[in-house]
Amino acid sequence: MDVILFLIFAIIAVVAAINVVVQTHPISSAVSLIGVMGSLAILYLLLGAEFIAAAQVIVYAGAVMVLFVFVIMLLNAGAEAKRGRSLVVQLLGVPVLLALLGLLAYFVERAFPDSVKVHFGGFTGGSAQAVGRALFTTYLLPFEVTSLLILVAIVGAIVLGRKELD
Amino acid sequence: MTEVPISWFLTLSAVLFALGVAGFLFRRSIITVFMSIELMLNAVNLSFVTFSYQYKQVSGHLFTFFVMVVAAAEAAVGLAIILTVFKNRATLNIDDVDSMKN
Repeated sequence: MDVILFLIFAIIAVVAAINVVVQTHPISSAVSLIGVMGSLAILYLLLGAEFIAAAQVIVYAGAVMVLFVFVIMLLNAGAEAKRGRSLVVQLLGVPVLLALLGLLAYFVERAFPDSVKVHFGGFTGGSAQAVGRALFTTYLLPFEVTSLLILVAIVGAIVLGRKELD
Repeated sequence: MTEVPISWFLTLSAVLFALGVAGFLFRRSIITVFMSIELMLNAVNLSFVTFSYQYKQVSGHLFTFFVMVVAAAEAAVGLAIILTVFKNRATLNIDDVDSMKN
């Protein structure tokens, strides 16, 4: 059951990610990226990361992608112009890519022998309570620094949005 | 067999990261390049959560959380930069934004 769920959502994620790269219109890319993020949220749930799965849907698929779609609509971004590809790229691109991915999968398989198997419920330390406790004890300083980072980002976005640069 | 090997998650993460790199290198629209960066960040997040499962510790989730926060701040500033570039140059093609070349 876990394998079937993993395969379904992994295939959705990979197909949507390929779609992000090959679509010429930015809106199509953005919608595909939302698909990737949604299926990754399901995989997080499979890994026992409930809080991260919720944050993924709310922050990434919600806030960040709305910002992207808003800017695409605001700029009225059209389809990207096609560029001519050389014959070598057309003939060799896909086979070389597949060979590279096969090699990659082989080495990952070698480097991580299957001592640990993932099954739903195998790790229950990812609840909001556990994440919150770690966030406000061990990782309190990074958390406070993060608030400063967000403040700087807000000020930067406002300045960039107002000022007329040369 | 109802359990997923941990290497499958890592391979998926690597594949998504490679696709993000490909988009970053080959696309010419500044917005799509930016979305490729988000795709790479998502792939790394999957690795963090997977290792968190492997070692049965919550730290990986915290790193993922911080990556999300940084990505949100980066998206806000980056999209403001894109708006400014478009306001000044009326183009979204990254090959046309080359004023620091000369």
